Amino acid sequence: MSAESTELPRRRRRGNATFWLGLILVGGIVLAGIVSFFWTPYALSDMAGGRLEAPSAAHWAGTDRLGRDLFTQLMIGARIALIVGCGAVAIGAVIGVATGILAAFATRFLDDALAAFFDILIAFPTLLIAMLVVAAREEASLGTAILALGIGLSPIVGRITRILTKQVLGQDYITAARVSGTSWGAIVYWHILPNIVPFLGVNLALQFGLAVMAEASLSYLGLGAPPPNASWGRMLQEAQGTVYTAPWGAVLPGLALFALVIGINLLADGLRDRFDPARRDG
Amino acid sequence: MLRYILRRLVILLLSLFIAAVVLFVLLRLLPGDPANALVGVGATPEQIAAAQAQLGSDQPLGVQFLSYLGDLARFDLGNSFVSRSSVLDEISRRLSVTLPLTLAAFVLALVIAIPLGILAAVKADRWYGLLLSVVSQVGIAVPVFWLGILLVYEFSLNLRLLPSGGFPLRGYADPGRAIESMVLPVLTIAIVMSASLMRYVRAATLEVLGSDFLRTARALGESHTGALMRHGLRNAAVPVVSVLGIELSTTFLGAVVVEQVFSLPGMGSMLLLGIQQRDYPNIQGVLIVSTLLVLLTGFLADILQRVLDPRLRKEAR
Repeated sequence: MSAESTELPRRRRRGNATFWLGLILVGGIVLAGIVSFFWTPYALSDMAGGRLEAPSAAHWAGTDRLGRDLFTQLMIGARIALIVGCGAVAIGAVIGVATGILAAFATRFLDDALAAFFDILIAFPTLLIAMLVVAAREEASLGTAILALGIGLSPIVGRITRILTKQVLGQDYITAARVSGTSWGAIVYWHILPNIVPFLGVNLALQFGLAVMAEASLSYLGLGAPPPNASWGRMLQEAQGTVYTAPWGAVLPGLALFALVIGINLLADGLRDRFDPARRDG
Repeated sequence: MLRYILRRLVILLLSLFIAAVVLFVLLRLLPGDPANALVGVGATPEQIAAAQAQLGSDQPLGVQFLSYLGDLARFDLGNSFVSRSSVLDEISRRLSVTLPLTLAAFVLALVIAIPLGILAAVKADRWYGLLLSVVSQVGIAVPVFWLGILLVYEFSLNLRLLPSGGFPLRGYADPGRAIESMVLPVLTIAIVMSASLMRYVRAATLEVLGSDFLRTARALGESHTGALMRHGLRNAAVPVVSVLGIELSTTFLGAVVVEQVFSLPGMGSMLLLGIQQRDYPNIQGVLIVSTLLVLLTGFLADILQRVLDPRLRKEAR
């Protein structure tokens, strides 16, 4: 008993620390992305700087091989990473939650079929499918990348939603609600969604990290958003050839990507500690 | 056990069938007739019609689907539009780069992750135990191609120890250079992969350390290390093995990207080249073989898990 009382506060404090560190990392990148809509140090296509300049007061992150400002590109890259992450997670959540709840409510046969279908789709290499979907269009665009990644995430969300919904449906208060004449639609809205959202939210945060990483991979492979957009993945691809003379160009975009993904993961961990009643009360 | 394997085999075949259907639909959804890609720009309508007849894309969809399934069942993946050579031959050539890369990286990741993961759990209260778990947390957020670029910068450009990319033209007939060109790609994948594996190993070991059976073994007079070796590791292995299949598939897909960093002529570059050249048979071939490998890995991991954990065998019925 005494061991527990010394153990719990420490863990709680550490949970808070990771939450705040995550919030700072993600917050900084979100801020950079929002500010990039109104202001960037230079125009994206401004080739005024010297080629491959080192970071300086004029160019905070240096310049690329065409003399464009890298800090500007990093800010636009933050915007693109966030749009892709949010877009893909939104698509994945809508499809995943709808099919997951449907599976949980369905008769045995349909439920089994959907569950097996989720498992099969999860085994499917998402990145390869995204590459194919992107390739299917005449020209790669941000929209196709988001759509492809969102579809790729949906079975993962679907499987979790199905399991969570089944847990809620097994509770006595659902039976009570049904007996008192509440419709299934109202049960989904008033009982299922509020109960699964905290846990699902943490999982969606992790999916956000996956989507951002996958988009960077696509862009690195030349299948992401086309040139005027500066995705971190494409910045890395361009900087790779000049990494010896201008290492910062290859280091900074990767660092930004790393900070966003680790920040999201820390945030998710912190949120889980806050929302999970089992953890909260010890 | 036999019943489980049979059931799992049925699911595997069913998954393959669904994968084939999904690929068929996706590839037919591509804008334009593949015949146009075959004959190229500026072809006369007669040439296009001839190409359509050759590819069978003038047939009704149902007929196309059946002949597609028939080809798959005979492992006939057709010929490349561009080089006209057999897709299957090309894939086996490419796999001779991708498979060794994947397997070597995977084995190295296990060699790194298992001892370090156990150490991180057993010594969780020491500073190095804590450091190890922080490193593994941080490691999963490292973009694999970024790490590749950084390793090239340090080991090829700065220290000039290893080639920055490419693969000898004569392949494994030139073993020294072939191995040299594999070192950095293998390291790149193994480092990232070992971070996520370490987390599983650590979590599984922590679980076992807190278990009743380990306490009983200690009470019966076994030493801490002895009890962990004799009873702990086998139990800790079960959850780890369950993710190995997924991890191996992830390694394989990571290889597709890493091959691009080091310009290795593997499956990844075949797929990218196929996409750029609209070489449909090559695209389809790579995706089918990749999916087959991923599904097979999952199948084998499930069976292995049953072998390791007798409790699962009982529950199955």
